[in-house]
Amino acid sequence: MTEAATEELLDKKMNAVPLKMVGKDVSVYYGDKRALYDVNLNVRENTVTALIGPSGCGKSTFLRTLNRMNDTIDGCRVTGTITLDGDDIYDSSIDVVELRARVGMVFQKPNPFPKSIYENVAYGPRIHGLAKSKADLDQVVEQSLQKAGLWNEVKDRLHEGGTGLSGGQQQRLCIARAVAVSPEVILMDEPCSALDPIATARVEELIHELRTNFTIVIVTHSMQQAARVSQRTAMFHLGNLVEENDTDKMFTNPDDQRTQDYIMGRFG
Amino acid sequence: MSSTHIVSIYDEELKYLTRRISEMGGTAEQMVGDSVRALVNTDVALAQKVISEDVILDTAERQINEKAIVTIAKRQPMAADLREIMGAIRIAADLERVGDLGKNTAKRVIAVQGSSIPRNLARGLEHLAELALMQLKEVLDVYASRNIEKAKEIRERDDEIDAIYTSLFRELLTYMMEDPRNITPCTHLLFCAKNIERIGDHATNIAETIFYMATGSQPEGERPKDDHTTSVGAVEE
Ligand SMILES: Nc1ncnc2c1ncn2[C@@H]1O[C@H](COP(=O)(O)OP(=O)(O)O)[C@@H](O)[C@H]1O
Ligand SMILES: [Mg+2]
Repeated sequence: MTEAATEELLDKKMNAVPLKMVGKDVSVYYGDKRALYDVNLNVRENTVTALIGPSGCGKSTFLRTLNRMNDTIDGCRVTGTITLDGDDIYDSSIDVVELRARVGMVFQKPNPFPKSIYENVAYGPRIHGLAKSKADLDQVVEQSLQKAGLWNEVKDRLHEGGTGLSGGQQQRLCIARAVAVSPEVILMDEPCSALDPIATARVEELIHELRTNFTIVIVTHSMQQAARVSQRTAMFHLGNLVEENDTDKMFTNPDDQRTQDYIMGRFG
Repeated sequence: MSSTHIVSIYDEELKYLTRRISEMGGTAEQMVGDSVRALVNTDVALAQKVISEDVILDTAERQINEKAIVTIAKRQPMAADLREIMGAIRIAADLERVGDLGKNTAKRVIAVQGSSIPRNLARGLEHLAELALMQLKEVLDVYASRNIEKAKEIRERDDEIDAIYTSLFRELLTYMMEDPRNITPCTHLLFCAKNIERIGDHATNIAETIFYMATGSQPEGERPKDDHTTSVGAVEE
């Protein structure tokens, strides 16, 4: 097969990637204030989707609709539909706790519980009843820390406090915690904004590895980070989704002028 | 471009590249024109001048590349900015090659001095050079104006140069067959003609690069064929 034909096949495969989550006409209101306008956005399986755009454009708001984190905000209202494997996650029959186990979240500031490293990771599996025995739980903790690339650094001090770790380690601990309940989708809201470049690179490397087993949606204010870690990129502006595209296309030749201006650091 | 960067020094860096490319273009044009004039008038002094100017383009290309690399490292350019910088690197390389071809022609002036060039051959070469220079000049104008339609036109027009080059090639062959003493000067002239034809190809490259810089995609359709002389003298099938 020629190189071009191989490329074409890969492209076709990319388009054939199943949709893990589908957002249809999603609007979000905070009281009277509308924060999102009829957003239609697909999240593909085993793909890293990056959400970019200027501050306040609604990236975090959209991200939070994907596991109903907005439910916890007073006066916040979501319209439209969002499905996970085809099922409406806002349906009254949905158990929100179970949903959040399937769609986990990592926040901007590393926020380990004021407990041991072990307990930070074991907490989720324990409350969701995912481990039958102590040995089981030990295994889940080890595997999660392995997946988060933290095991070697903490295996000798599992019972020390999680808050004693460096910022980058804390963030990977939070990722281990998210991974521990075997989610299908992991949402990350600016997970590197409090980290130095080395810690950031570690997390980015981790995102790359996690993609094999999970579907990832990441909000980032760094366009370079979006370009580095994602396969699909969605650009938000003033509550609207202005463009969703393959990341390679997005950062070399975007279709929308607003995307162009934003990623090139220009003003119109 | 329609808007400016929030970081204004970034604009300065991109403008530097544009300005240096235009300067290179001017020098390349001058060198090519001078080299052909030196050839048809066997003007050795002018040929020497062309040879000595080549270093200007070498230096400019190197400086453009250095600036481009530093800008990429510092600003992480995206989209049209990235294409602008990659385009500058490519165009600088094409213009540097144009300079080399002018210099090569100039060097042959010294080799052919003493043998008189038949008038109509000289005219053929001049005509070829006029067309190549026009392509070069127009493509440099397009670099300034970013007129995509013009860029496409230039690309399609390369055919004409190729046709004249092919006919010059045949003509030179007849002179060589007529009198073996013509072989040495005619071979030099043949190389000169080839040099000039190659300048047209570089202008075409530049037109394609500008098209890419402006649109993010390659111009459509097969590029006109460059050299028909590969089959001259071959048995027709
Ligand atoms: N809890 C909230 N209450 C009221 N308004 C909010 C709340 N969270 C976000 N907003 C508003 O919604 C808009 C989108 O915010 P957000 O999703 O945080 O943007 P981004 O993550 O892109 O910076 C902003 O105008 C913001 O002020
Ligand atoms: Mg946010």
